[in-house]
Amino acid sequence: MSTKRLIGIFAIGAATVAVIAIAGLVFSTMGTFLVKGLPNITWQLLSEAPRNNNTEGGIFPAIYGTTLLVLVMSILGVPIGTITAIYLNEYTRAGAVMPRVIRFAVNTLAGVPSIVFGLFGLGFFVQFLGVGLDKTFGNTEAIWAKPALLWASATLAALTLPVVIVSVEEALKNVPQEMREGSLALGATRWQTIWKIVLPNSTTGILTGSILAIGRSAGEVAPILFTGVVYSLPQLPDGISSQFMHLGYHLFVLSTQSPDVDKTLPLQYATTLVLLMLTFTLNFAATFIRSRIRSKQFR
Amino acid sequence: MSKKITETKIEANDLCVYYGAKQALHRISIDLFEREVTAFIGPSGCGKSTFLRSINRMNDLVPTARVTGNLYIDGVDIYHSSVDVVELRKRVGMVFQKSTPFPKSIYDNVAFGPRLNGITDRTELDRIVEESLINAALFDEVKDRLDSSAMGLSGGQQQRLCIARAVAVNPSILLMDEPCSALDPISTAKVEELILELKKQYTIVIVTHNMQQAARVSEYTAFFYMGHLVEYDKTRKIFTNPSKKETEDYVTGRFG
Ligand SMILES: Nc1ncnc2c1ncn2[C@@H]1O[C@H](COP(=O)(O)OP(=O)(O)OP(=O)(O)O)[C@@H](O)[C@H]1O
Ligand SMILES: [Mg+2]
Repeated sequence: MSTKRLIGIFAIGAATVAVIAIAGLVFSTMGTFLVKGLPNITWQLLSEAPRNNNTEGGIFPAIYGTTLLVLVMSILGVPIGTITAIYLNEYTRAGAVMPRVIRFAVNTLAGVPSIVFGLFGLGFFVQFLGVGLDKTFGNTEAIWAKPALLWASATLAALTLPVVIVSVEEALKNVPQEMREGSLALGATRWQTIWKIVLPNSTTGILTGSILAIGRSAGEVAPILFTGVVYSLPQLPDGISSQFMHLGYHLFVLSTQSPDVDKTLPLQYATTLVLLMLTFTLNFAATFIRSRIRSKQFR
Repeated sequence: MSKKITETKIEANDLCVYYGAKQALHRISIDLFEREVTAFIGPSGCGKSTFLRSINRMNDLVPTARVTGNLYIDGVDIYHSSVDVVELRKRVGMVFQKSTPFPKSIYDNVAFGPRLNGITDRTELDRIVEESLINAALFDEVKDRLDSSAMGLSGGQQQRLCIARAVAVNPSILLMDEPCSALDPISTAKVEELILELKKQYTIVIVTHNMQQAARVSEYTAFFYMGHLVEYDKTRKIFTNPSKKETEDYVTGRFG
């Protein structure tokens, strides 16, 4: 047997072992959370606010905040991502300068550490847009120029833009060219063709994109750290300029910011499990929808 | 019986089409006549589709395509900058080789074009859909399931649906690019019958690889070879007594 083949076999073997080891670790960790978290998931946990320094009560405000956050993020990010994907896929020719610049920017965006997004959000949304808004409306006290649900959502939308763009583009590519030609040959404009033929056949892709984006961002703490999250709130957020609580951040607070960390342990397990289930369900849903699109027949 | 007067509907004048540096059509000059069926024949890659697609400017969609020369429809140069391509395509319908119904209901497929033209009145749409389906010899087969998906139709039905969809916008020209190549003999016979019926109203240009089909449906035949229009004449003449050697070789099956 040649040395080359031996090295090859060794490399594959090592990689297999590593994958199995990592998967084992991940699953055993999740198993732990499942075993220790499940008994603590009660109606009280899901419906009540934290009490007594986070050692009692539930995590409802954090669930509520996380949900609102990803909702507003989707409302902001999905249309922008969809429009970008349409522009890249329907309006530009392969090899032109503009789409290449945009693609490069999107790919770069995908590689930026999430804490940098947080700083960007603080600098751009809070301190630039927010201050600008307050000045424009002549607000005497800061309404927009402070961390808020809107800015945190916008930051997450920027973070997840690449995911949305890639998903929607994939769906657009799945619409056969003949379908577009059929429409154009009937005297439809390019925009009519997109609106009436291409988009209706890409809705599943757009949906997948949003779910993946939500799944990717629901647990992200770094981007919202400076842009809107707080560790405790007297009441639920009442608008997009309010601050909010968040599951991931709450976990951090429970495990490091409590005078008696041991007392918060059951809550920590439960919170982690809720967060994990949320992310997993979303990712699973996206994968499922995506496999459905792939097998969908256009004849 | 009065003699039919043939008038020119489509006139190409030194039309050249390039894809990038490659020239696909060389100085094509041809007159196609109103309310006649003209067949385009020739070996694969000779430029039949390219010519067909320059008549409704579908070649505009190919980024590298470039056209020189003139192409007149009803005397209007359709490559002139003042021509609205969208309006042009409403007057020049096209049926593709691969039937491409939209993944919508049968009704919505046929109503697609009229709706683009701003027709929203339900009774008016109903009338157009019915009439178009009747014209495409499909109405009886689908009248009870207009609301079901067009994707559930057979290949032959789908192709006739595409014809119905094309005639629903009331064009004056119908371009057909190998409309029967994916169909079984029975569906093919139906579409051919339909073409003969449609020619009363429309100027039809059909690309076909099937010599018998060209002979059956067309009055005129144009033979293309390597981007050149080699011969254009009455179909009968092309198939029985062509003047060029290449044409004879092709129609007798010696090549291509
Ligand atoms: N989009 C395109 N880009 C580059 N070259 C093309 C394109 N479409 C066609 N061609 C070339 O132009 C020439 C004519 O092609 P065309 O499709 O018109 O031939 P055809 O006679 O319709 O052939 P077939 O019978 O196979 O359909 C061919 O050499 C083909 O490779
Ligand atoms: Mg062709």
